[in-house]
Amino acid sequence: MGAGGAAGAALPGERVRVSRLTRMLESEKLLAAALLVPGVAILLIFIAYPFVMALWYSLTSIRVGDPGHFVGLANFAKAWSDTIFQTAFKNTVFYTFWATIFKFALGMWLALLLNRSFRFKRIIRASMLLPFIIPTVLSAFAWRWMFDPTFSVLNWLLFHSGLITDRLPFLSDGDWAMWCAVLVNTWRGMPFFAITLLAGLQTISPDLHEAAALDGANAWHRFWHVTWPLLLPVTLVVVVFSVIQTFSDFQLIYVLTGGGPANSTHLIATYAYQVGVASGLLGEGAALSLFMFPVLFAVVWIQLRYMKRMDGA
Amino acid sequence: MLIERKWKKWVTFYLPMAVFIVFTLFPFYWMAVTALRPDHELYRTWRQASATPFWTLEPTLEHFKELLQTTAFPKWLWNTMLIAMVSTLISLICGMFAGYALARLKFRGSEFLGTAIFVTYLVPQTLLFIPLADIIRDLHLGNTPWALMLTYPTFLIPFCTWLLMGYFKTIPKELEECARIDGATRFGAMVRIIFPVAIPGILSAGIFAFTLSWNEFIYALIFMSSAELKTVPVGVVSELIRGDIFFWGQLMAGALLGSIPVALVYSFFVEYYVTGLTGSVKG
Repeated sequence: MGAGGAAGAALPGERVRVSRLTRMLESEKLLAAALLVPGVAILLIFIAYPFVMALWYSLTSIRVGDPGHFVGLANFAKAWSDTIFQTAFKNTVFYTFWATIFKFALGMWLALLLNRSFRFKRIIRASMLLPFIIPTVLSAFAWRWMFDPTFSVLNWLLFHSGLITDRLPFLSDGDWAMWCAVLVNTWRGMPFFAITLLAGLQTISPDLHEAAALDGANAWHRFWHVTWPLLLPVTLVVVVFSVIQTFSDFQLIYVLTGGGPANSTHLIATYAYQVGVASGLLGEGAALSLFMFPVLFAVVWIQLRYMKRMDGA
Repeated sequence: MLIERKWKKWVTFYLPMAVFIVFTLFPFYWMAVTALRPDHELYRTWRQASATPFWTLEPTLEHFKELLQTTAFPKWLWNTMLIAMVSTLISLICGMFAGYALARLKFRGSEFLGTAIFVTYLVPQTLLFIPLADIIRDLHLGNTPWALMLTYPTFLIPFCTWLLMGYFKTIPKELEECARIDGATRFGAMVRIIFPVAIPGILSAGIFAFTLSWNEFIYALIFMSSAELKTVPVGVVSELIRGDIFFWGQLMAGALLGSIPVALVYSFFVEYYVTGLTGSVKG
């Protein structure tokens, strides 16, 4: 009896506590704050804080085991006059430009093909995405093996079909190697373009095409005047994502060439890794990575402007 | 108008489609053939005639055996799986909460916060890896799986939040209002009514996040130093190339085995994956 009374006495207090928490979570503001805290905390600790630190590092001579001192813009000036960095910057622009063009053109073509009805459509569509699913490092190794100077299957094929008499220097020549990297990046990213553009194509009503065809439009005109304007919004977003991913790429070059031969195929990210991590010059490495920032910022800004315009419309 | 002549269909459809299929799948085929080929057949120079260039008459599991016996490959596979699952789970929970708050709750600064999360979505890992390595060390997370389990969400949470926010907006408000009239709390209505309805969206975000974590490389390369703590991509890079020598048979066997889990997950949930992929770019 006495024990029961004690339990009964504890209950009201419990109820008050529960209902206070419940009441607090009934307020939209407090519930929103509670729900946002975990995600925002992770993003603040592991994105915002490192970003501020990267800015600070880039202004100091910090290296592994030595906190260094403030050096102003010396790291940026040094990078600017560093010929390897100049090459890396040019390579990054070259790589992003050509890979994006090829991914878009081939991805669009593939999307148009996949939009037709044919046998085994589902399995073919699913297998087309494989290059995008399989970890880049692993598939880049397969490509590196296919480009191998001594055992290349591509050289074997071209030689035995009589197209070449001497092997092609796939990865042993800087210019060739950059084009090979563009090829592999295109191979990897094309499915992403194809599948997202395909999703865009599927939202276009076939009636529009029928109507245009009845008016005498041929296939090209139907694409140019009906399909393309309707695909423009999704295209823009896909291009933005792809440009950011390609411009900041690291793994593909790291595996395919490691920046060689003779530092001729570095991208900004791989060179920043070499300086900042492999050589331990943290300040200089941070400054090198930050050279990516203006370009990424511009792309994101365009994207945000565009989203705002779409919201307003 | 939609009736085409046969030859025309061959030129405009079958031929390009066949070229696309070969281009897309040949590297995987080559990976598999290389992994199964015995070494004496593998190292035949490009000029030599070869009786069976595109397949092998003496398939062998030698490379797989060496890979599993001489390296920590099974451990890498397990690490990658565990890290991908935990980071996906963390990101999904954070993304569901944040996505719900941004989609359904009115509070000051919600628009700004939505934009800020979208912007972090576009921050590449290669921008921040140098200071992040120091932060990980200062937090005593270096060389532990938590270094990756906590940093992978930085690129997964924005994506999950964005995708789920879009999904929650498509769920009719009346559903929640009914539950609230029946006495459910806001939190209760969210967990018991909205989340179950949003399962397809949650699954899409989860599958996509899982494949992204499986693919991550630079953080794993920098934060993990012990051989037995590595993930598959990093382990393959750092342990199967000794000096200048590439062990191609083992490398390709590792690439193949390391791709299978993620390819399996993908093949079971293709439709969800595609929804996640296309949703990831819906501005």
